[in-house]
Amino acid sequence: MNRSIFKKITGNQLFIPIMALLLLAVINLIVDPGFFKVNLGTNNAGNPVLSGYLITILDYGSELAILAIGMTLVTAASGGQDISVGATIAIAGSAMLRVLCGTNPRPDAIQAPIIVAFLVACLVGMLCGAFNGALVSVFKIQPMIATLVLFTAGRSIAAWINVNKLPIVPDPKFAYFGGFIPGIPIPTTVFIVIACIIVITLVLKFTNLGLYTQAVGINEKSARLNGINPTFIKFLAFVILGLCVAVAALIKVSRLSTINYSVIAKDIEMDAILAVALGGNALSGGKFNMWASILGAYVIQFLTTTLYKFNVQSDALAAYKAVVVILLVFFSAPKVREYIGDFFKKLKAGKAEKKENKGEA
Amino acid sequence: MDQKKLKGGIFNKISDTNLLLVITIVIFLLMYIGAIIFQGSGFKKPQMFFNILNANAALIITACGMSIVMISGGIDISVGGVVALVSMCCAVYLDKANGNVWVSMLIAIGIGLAFGLVQGTLVAYFDIQPFIVSLAGMFFARGMTTIVNTKPFNVQNQSFVKLKETRIKIPGMGSYNKKGMYIPAYIEIGVVVALVLVVILFLVLRYTKLGRSFYAVGGNKQSALMLGINVRRTKFLSHMLCSLLAGIGGYVYFLNVGSGAASHASGMEMNAIASSIIGGTMLTGGVGNLVGTLFGVLSLSTIQNIVASAGLGEAWWTGITIAAMLCLFLLIQSIVIRQKKRALKT
Amino acid sequence: MENNRLLEMRGIDKTFPGVKALQHVDFSLNKGEIHALMGENGAGKSTLIKVLTGVYTKDAGTISLDGENVSIHSPADAQNLGISTVYQEITLCPNLTVAENMYIGRGRDVITNWKKMNADANKLLTKLDIPAKATQQLANCSIAVQQMVAIARAVDMECKVLILDEPTSSLDEQEVEKLFGLMRDLKNLGVGIIFVTHFLDQVYEVCDKITVLRDGQLVGEYEIKDLPRVQLVAKMLGKEMDDLSDIKGEREAYHKEDADTKIFEAEQLVSDAGIKPFDFYIKKGEVNGFTGLLGSGRSECVRAIFGADRVLGGHVKVNGETAKIRAPRDAMKKGIAYLPEDRKVDGIIGDLSVRDNIILALQVMKGFFKPFSKAQANAFADEYIKKLSIKTASADTPIKSLSGGNQQKVILARWLLMHPEYLILDEPTRGIDVGTKVDIQKLVLELASEGMSVTFISSETDEMLRTCSRLIVMRDRKVVGELSGEDLTQSKIMSTIAGGE
Repeated sequence: MNRSIFKKITGNQLFIPIMALLLLAVINLIVDPGFFKVNLGTNNAGNPVLSGYLITILDYGSELAILAIGMTLVTAASGGQDISVGATIAIAGSAMLRVLCGTNPRPDAIQAPIIVAFLVACLVGMLCGAFNGALVSVFKIQPMIATLVLFTAGRSIAAWINVNKLPIVPDPKFAYFGGFIPGIPIPTTVFIVIACIIVITLVLKFTNLGLYTQAVGINEKSARLNGINPTFIKFLAFVILGLCVAVAALIKVSRLSTINYSVIAKDIEMDAILAVALGGNALSGGKFNMWASILGAYVIQFLTTTLYKFNVQSDALAAYKAVVVILLVFFSAPKVREYIGDFFKKLKAGKAEKKENKGEA
Repeated sequence: MDQKKLKGGIFNKISDTNLLLVITIVIFLLMYIGAIIFQGSGFKKPQMFFNILNANAALIITACGMSIVMISGGIDISVGGVVALVSMCCAVYLDKANGNVWVSMLIAIGIGLAFGLVQGTLVAYFDIQPFIVSLAGMFFARGMTTIVNTKPFNVQNQSFVKLKETRIKIPGMGSYNKKGMYIPAYIEIGVVVALVLVVILFLVLRYTKLGRSFYAVGGNKQSALMLGINVRRTKFLSHMLCSLLAGIGGYVYFLNVGSGAASHASGMEMNAIASSIIGGTMLTGGVGNLVGTLFGVLSLSTIQNIVASAGLGEAWWTGITIAAMLCLFLLIQSIVIRQKKRALKT
Repeated sequence: MENNRLLEMRGIDKTFPGVKALQHVDFSLNKGEIHALMGENGAGKSTLIKVLTGVYTKDAGTISLDGENVSIHSPADAQNLGISTVYQEITLCPNLTVAENMYIGRGRDVITNWKKMNADANKLLTKLDIPAKATQQLANCSIAVQQMVAIARAVDMECKVLILDEPTSSLDEQEVEKLFGLMRDLKNLGVGIIFVTHFLDQVYEVCDKITVLRDGQLVGEYEIKDLPRVQLVAKMLGKEMDDLSDIKGEREAYHKEDADTKIFEAEQLVSDAGIKPFDFYIKKGEVNGFTGLLGSGRSECVRAIFGADRVLGGHVKVNGETAKIRAPRDAMKKGIAYLPEDRKVDGIIGDLSVRDNIILALQVMKGFFKPFSKAQANAFADEYIKKLSIKTASADTPIKSLSGGNQQKVILARWLLMHPEYLILDEPTRGIDVGTKVDIQKLVLELASEGMSVTFISSETDEMLRTCSRLIVMRDRKVVGELSGEDLTQSKIMSTIAGGE
């Protein structure tokens, strides 16, 4: 009885990300309990803001969490990953700045309402997604390779949109999205993530997106024979990811009120894929758990923040992440579990034999 | 109707590998001849071509490794990281420890083999997806590069600099500079290494049991197993070979730039994949040719040079044209596969 | 006699999740003997062979070759021991040349001598009269030629044991004759041959001995002269089949006044799967079937009706109205349901729960924006789990962990839930136990008596005879005849399939 409960808990998809989160929390607690302190202070503009490592994690994990939503769908439907999200964030962000600032990189006032700029960014993001989606679903090119095209071209296109200038948004309101709204001490990004989660939860509840995506990812042929159009579902997944990219771009650009084409959202695609994998979702597609992916994103941010706290250089972070990734995939690989299972079986059999021998003696 | 038949006939006679190879070589030649005709000056000089080789010797080597992994049905995105790590380790060893050039070469090969050993084992014997394994490999290599040394620096080691400066003159080819002085065309040592490796690996792929096993495993894993091929060992060796080549490529890169830096070879893995694809290596495995990969690298860098000399000085055009070219080749592959399938069905 | 023994398999066990594929099976083979391995689909023939060739590892039992115990862990091991195999499905590499496929993975040469290899291959190809060139890419050859290449490879290896696992299904008569000649030559050289086939004629033409398996268990080993055909069939099917000699009589045929309306009509329908254009119709409450040998195009016909393959031409009428069916979705909207031939590839969605697998088709029909509530989905699932007595731990269990027969019932439930007017069942009873088979046959007749039209396809003719009132006979991807009423007999079907003579 105990055993079956144990199995139920460990078998749950949320088990791995939650355990990872707890492990990180405990390590931090032992090393420095101050890690969990949250202070209420004021920022330069004199507005109340919360600060502390936990807030940093929630704040800076936002883009990743949002991307994880789209990446989960793409992974589930196509059995592959989109490696162009970092580059397309640059494109969408650049388009947003182009609308806000016009041709003058240092305008006195914004040239269009922020909402218009955001909508344009959404459109651009979805177009990029549609491009990737078409290559994958219509031309049957492996997702990773298909998205290599935009990965290569993305940052160049972003630079081209603003003729390589770095426009600065003059309106302080624009900075609210990646910072704080005066009077509210919680980072705005947290609200954006919550909004995204609500939207995707509603979509999953009130449409068949989840069922169709999983069916296509598990068995495309069979899905088609049940009247589902796999080409469209895959395409749709990429377009949704495009939308997520646009939202992430809004946050990224808003944090700086400007853009750096070659650095913005660099390597974020790898983290987003990692978030999906950490959530226990098979990278070969099929069944998915959205919550686990989102949780996975925060685990990564938790790890990053922890490492920063231990004064690990930002460039060296990758090495530590690599170790974590390898350990994770190693122990969740079916083959490894099989080996371990066999090992324990043998151990048990050995013990039983010994007992028997003793009994005979 | 007749034409359709004819088309089907050609598709059926030529193997996938050769068909894609021919497309690649033809497009490269058209591009280079076009560049000579329309852009003149630079491209007429033979040195332009040799410069392309000099700058891309390392890419040729790593792309060959990538092609081998892709032919066997895998992928390895850690090669760029390995190249950077090799450069940095060798630089530190030669400069800070005042080491021996020959030992530094062993270091490069050792790093390559170590990566191959770990990645190959995880992919082949534990059935973990190559993408994830090599993603971790890339993270690890890049991170380690910074841990070894943060700041970029040039290597001053005497014997290394001597090796780096060695130029092999090509007799009969050269050009006159503005002052009318004759400058012979030259290549660097790395190019010789790269070309020798291309030839050797081409022969390995074509004539050895191992080489043919790569194709068989990439073509159909299950069938290869039934035909009595050790699929796991073959996969392992493909990753081993790729990482080893990344190690050697790393040293050639290091020889070309003469410095260590964490940002070295960034994005090289993607260039290697792109070159392989342009060279006719099929993403689905089983199809590819290292001569094609060589031409893939050449096409890629020729287009960069064309863009640069066409007055489109802005950096972004390079990225966009490469991507456009990649996209074109992907579409050609996709259409060729579809046509073949249709031709077979009817 | 004893020292003539070549291969001895004793007490072989093999279990897959949910299925006992082999239970204590013994098998032995002498030198210079052609030994038929017979049994229905799912009897365990292929599993036994895959154990012998190292594709699967056995759970228990011993294998000895030439009197010595051997352990076989991979196909390479088997090859080195002198066991070569031609599988039912083609197991060659499509991207390599014909010659390479014949020689790869063999011998110790590290270097490939292309010239010699191509010359050798060409010699062998000419000798065996195979219309292919050594340097041709295998993917460019027809399926039959590919199968012949596989045979050439197996024959060329100096093997002690040659296994032929249904190699004849894609070969024509001449090619089969050629193969038989080859087999006799090898037999005279002392090679032991294991021959798996569905065609009784072929067994009686070339074999010396027969071993029969049923439901993963050994039925017995017989000399060919001691076992007349009728008995062989009885041994393969088991006694249980007597119980269902006539289930047709139990149900009244559908007799309302609309019994003559044609539910579905097709004229010159053709798809890209390589069938000749065909005409077809089905009436309300009728059970008809496509029959013919494997690969005769019967599955391709129903796939064309359902829009599963790309339809290239023809006219379709549903309930008398012209309809356009381009994709499965269109067919489903018209009330057509299709249970595909290959359950694993086209039917189940492995990782999804039994519940999701059951409601899938109806859900797709209902629309993207109208998902069923959890309660409703559960109600549907529970209803059909009970109705078809599907054995599953719960509705939440992933379908892939169910046994084959229960998986098939789930897929059947999926389509019944849609309440189609016209149900197509392609090999619904393949590889499932006898009890379930009868259940499904009875269900078909019951549905028809309630007014549903059903097209039934099965490899087993007697099953078709028990259920169908009209049979469309196919040969070489063409409809060659139609049988009904008095003509519905085993011999009449056979002669129509065979043609003219």
